Amino acid sequence: MSSPWFGRRVPPREDERLLRGQGRFTDDIPGPAYECCFVRSPHAHARILSIDTSAARALAGVVAVYTAADLPFGAQDLPLLIPHPSLGHGRTQRCLASEVVRYAGEAVAFVVAEDRYLAEDAAELVRVDYEELPVLIGLEAAERATHLVHPDVPGNRAAELLQEAGDVEPALAAAPHRRRLQLRFERGAAHPLEARAVHAVWDAAAARLTVHDSTQSPTSIRGGLAVLFGLPESSVDVIAPDVGGGFGPKIMLFHPDELLVPFAAMRLGHPVRWTEDRAEHFTAVNHERGQRHQVEVGFDDAGRLLGLDVDFTHDAGAYTPYGVILPIITAASIPGAYRLPAYRVRFRALYTNATPTSPYRGAGRPHACFVIERTLDAIAAQLGIDRVEVRRRNLISPGQFPYEVGVGWQDGNRVVYDSGDYPRLLERALEMIGPRPPGAHIGGGLSLYVEGTGVGPYEGAHVQVLVGGRVVAHTGVPSQGQAHATVFAQVVADQLGLTPADVDVVGGDTRRFQWGVGTFASRSAVTAGNAMHVAAGLVAEKARRIAARELEVDPADLELVGGEVRVKGAPGRSLPLAAVAVLANPVRYAFGGGTEAATQFVARERPGPPLVGDEHPGLEATGYHSPVGSTWAAGCHAAWVRVDPVSHRLDILRYVVVHDCGRVINPLVVEGQIQGGVAQGIAGAYYERLAYDAEGQLRNASFMDFLMPYATEIPEVLIDHLETPSPLNPLGVKGAGEAGVIPVGAVLAAAIEEATGLAVSEMPLWPQRLEELAAAGGHEPA
Amino acid sequence: MRVNGQERRPPSGGRRLLSDYLRHDLGLTGTHVGCEHGVCGCCTVLLDGRPVRSCLLLAVQAEGHELTTIEGLTAPGAPLHPVQAAFLQEHALQCGFCTPGFVLAVVGLLADNPQPGDREIEEAIAGNLCRCTGYASIRRAARRAAAAHREDR
Repeated sequence: MSSPWFGRRVPPREDERLLRGQGRFTDDIPGPAYECCFVRSPHAHARILSIDTSAARALAGVVAVYTAADLPFGAQDLPLLIPHPSLGHGRTQRCLASEVVRYAGEAVAFVVAEDRYLAEDAAELVRVDYEELPVLIGLEAAERATHLVHPDVPGNRAAELLQEAGDVEPALAAAPHRRRLQLRFERGAAHPLEARAVHAVWDAAAARLTVHDSTQSPTSIRGGLAVLFGLPESSVDVIAPDVGGGFGPKIMLFHPDELLVPFAAMRLGHPVRWTEDRAEHFTAVNHERGQRHQVEVGFDDAGRLLGLDVDFTHDAGAYTPYGVILPIITAASIPGAYRLPAYRVRFRALYTNATPTSPYRGAGRPHACFVIERTLDAIAAQLGIDRVEVRRRNLISPGQFPYEVGVGWQDGNRVVYDSGDYPRLLERALEMIGPRPPGAHIGGGLSLYVEGTGVGPYEGAHVQVLVGGRVVAHTGVPSQGQAHATVFAQVVADQLGLTPADVDVVGGDTRRFQWGVGTFASRSAVTAGNAMHVAAGLVAEKARRIAARELEVDPADLELVGGEVRVKGAPGRSLPLAAVAVLANPVRYAFGGGTEAATQFVARERPGPPLVGDEHPGLEATGYHSPVGSTWAAGCHAAWVRVDPVSHRLDILRYVVVHDCGRVINPLVVEGQIQGGVAQGIAGAYYERLAYDAEGQLRNASFMDFLMPYATEIPEVLIDHLETPSPLNPLGVKGAGEAGVIPVGAVLAAAIEEATGLAVSEMPLWPQRLEELAAAGGHEPA
Repeated sequence: MRVNGQERRPPSGGRRLLSDYLRHDLGLTGTHVGCEHGVCGCCTVLLDGRPVRSCLLLAVQAEGHELTTIEGLTAPGAPLHPVQAAFLQEHALQCGFCTPGFVLAVVGLLADNPQPGDREIEEAIAGNLCRCTGYASIRRAARRAAAAHREDR
C-alpha cells in the first residue's frame, strides 16, 4: 500500500474556520432558548432540612424551578458507569440532592428563566436549610474514618483490590537492599477553557429530542437519555459540536445538567441552554490525582529491582460514578518501563467530602510514574549509582515483547505490552538533553513512562464517496482539538487515492454515526483511525468491483490514484471515482450531478438486476476496529531546571521528549499534543493545586488563585519521535493524547530535588511549599 | 456603538455584559467566554483598537466606541488577516476556543507597537490562557505576525 498522506505534517483543516471565529461551540447554537442556573450546596457535608423555591418561582422571567421532588427520576441514583468486582460500595449521586449533600458544589435545585441573569437572580432566592454534618477532607482523614461520608460504607472504603505478580515477600526478604518511601500526589483539575455546556430542543410533534453537549461521549449520552426518558434511541440525537477542550472530565456522564436541560426542554416545550461558569466548574466538575503511596522496594548491589510492594489510597471524592478505573490504571502503570520480578499492589479507594474524581489527562498514570521513578531515584541515591545507569539496568529490552506485567488492565484484560524500544528512548533523550547547564541551583530530572492506549471496546466509521467526488467520513468520536478532521482524512485519502482536502470528516454526531464510545484514554487514532482505514478500504474494494465491470477488467488489476480508478500500467483506461459513485447507485431519475449515467436506458446492458449480486447501493462502507488489547506507547522526558534560592521561581532551562506512539499519522498534530500535555504537566507540578480547607471549601476556586500558567511559564519542548509500530492494528499506531503530561511530575520532582537539595516526595510543589519543606529541615539525606 | 464597522442597536439592559451582548444579541459568537472574571482572555475584543476583556465591561460602557471582534478582522471568504494567517501557518491552536482572544491580543499589540521584541510579544500574549497548545506554537505565530508586520511597513 502506498501511503502518500500518512506521516505527513498536514496542516489541520479545522484551523481556518476557528481562526475566523466561525467555530460552533455549544453555547453558540443560535436561536432563542431559556437559560438556567444551578443552586449548589455551599456545604461539603450537610443534611437538607427544607428547600423553599416559592420566592424564586415568583420572580418575573422565571419559567421553572426544579428540585428532586419535581423530577420523575429525582429518586434515582445516577448510573455507575463502570462496575467492578472490587467496588464493594459504589455510590453515585442523584441528579439533584434532596436529603444529604456530600461535597460543596453538589447540585440542589435548577432554575430555568428567560435569560441567565434572571436565572441567577432567582437562584439566590431559593432558600435551602441545611444541618451541617462533619466533613472529611483528605486521605488521612478518610482512612481514620472518625466519621463516614456514606453512613452505610464502613471505613469510607468504596473499593479495595490486591494484585500480585510473582512472590513479593520472599523477593523482598532476600533482597540485599531495601527502601521504604511515602509518596503523595494531590488533586488537580483539567479546566478546559470552554467549561461545560448543554443545549436541548424537543420537537413535540415529531417526538424528537436534539441535544448539543460539550461532551467527549455523545453516543453514551444519547443511550442514557433514551433510557431515562423512555424514548427510542432513534428519536434522540446528541451532537458534540466544536468542543473547547476536554482532557477527561467531559467523558464523565451524567453531569446533572445533561439530564436537566433536556428534561426542561421537553417539559417546557421550548429550547433550553445551560452554560457553566468557571466558578461552578471548579467544584461541580470532577477532579483527579489524589493518592498516597507506601512503597517498599528490594534491589541488588547493581540497583536492579527485585521486588516492589505498593499500598496506596485513592481519593474517590464523594461518589464513584466512574468506578475504580483510576486506581486500576495506577496499579497497572507503576511497573512502567522496567523489569519487575515480583510486584504486589493493593489499593483502597476512599470516600471524602470533595468533588468526585474521574479521569483527567493521564488518568492514574502521572501518579504511577511518580511512584516508580521516585523509587528508582532513591535506589540510585542509596547506592551512589548514576540515575541513568540504574534505569538502563532495569529497562525491559526490545526482545522481550510481548511483555506481560502480571496485573489487570482497565479493559478487563491483563497488561501485555505489545511493542517498544525503551533503551533507545532513554539514549536518545540523553543525547537531546545535553550536559548540565552552568551555574548554581540547577537540577536535572529524567523519567520514562509507558502508557496503555487505544482501549476498546471499539470504534467505527462510515465512509462514502458522494456523486460529486467528495468523500464524507463519519465516526462516533468527537474532537476537542485533536485535529480528527485532518488525521482521519489522511487515513481515508490514502485508501481512496485522494487528498485529505477531498474528505470531510464529521465526528461526535449521532445523526451521522450512532455507534462507538468516545474520545478519551488516547484512543481515537487507534480505534477510530483504524476503523476509518477499514471502512475506506472496503469502499476502495467496492470501487474496484464496480469499475471492473465497466472497464471489463479484473478488479485486482485496478488501482485508486488521483481521484480515478484506473487499470494498473494503463493509466488511459480509467473512471473518475465520482463516476464510480454514480454507477454504485442505479437510478430511475437523473437528478443531476452526472446521475444520468446510472439511469436504466443509459447504463450498460446487464444480464441481471441493476444491483449486482449482494451489492448495496452507494459507494460507501462501514468499518470497525475492536482491539484485542491496548497498544502501549512509551516515552522518555528529561529536563534541566533552575530554582531561584530566594523566590523559588522555577525556570525550565531545557525540556526534551522522545515519544513513541507507533507510526505517526501527522507529526504536527502529535507534537502539538505533546507540547500541550507537557504544559499541563508543568502546570500541575508547580502552579496549580486545589486548596481545600478542613471544612471542604475549595479556597482557590478562581483563575485569580488557581494559577494556570501563561506563555511566560511554559518553555518550548524539544520533541523527537521513535516509531515502533504496534502489531495490534493495521495502521501500526498507538495513542498520543495524554502522553505529554504523564512523567512531568516525576521529572520536575527529581530536578527540583537536585536544584534545592530538598527531598521531594510529593506533588504538586509551589514556592511556599518549598519554604515549608526547607523549614522542616527536609534536606535530602546523604 | 459601532461593531466591526457597523452601527448597532444599543443593549437591552444596563447590566448586560458586553460579551453577552456581542454573542447573544448580535450573534457574534467568535468572542468566547472562558472564565467571566477577566483572567483567561478568551473574550478579548478591541475597543478603539485596544484589547479589552468583554466579560468585564457592561455593554453600555462600550456605547460611543468602536469595537472589533474576531469576525471583524476579515470578511467571510476574504483572505485572512495577517495575524490570523500567522496562526494558521504555525498551527497555533487546537480546540480553537482561546484563539480569537489571542489573535486580537496580537492585533492590538502590533497596532500599539509595530516593532515589538520577543519579550514584548510574550508579555502581550501573557494575559491569555490556552489549555491545549502549551503556547510554543502561539509564540511562534505571534513572532511571525510581528515579522510580517515589520516587513509590510
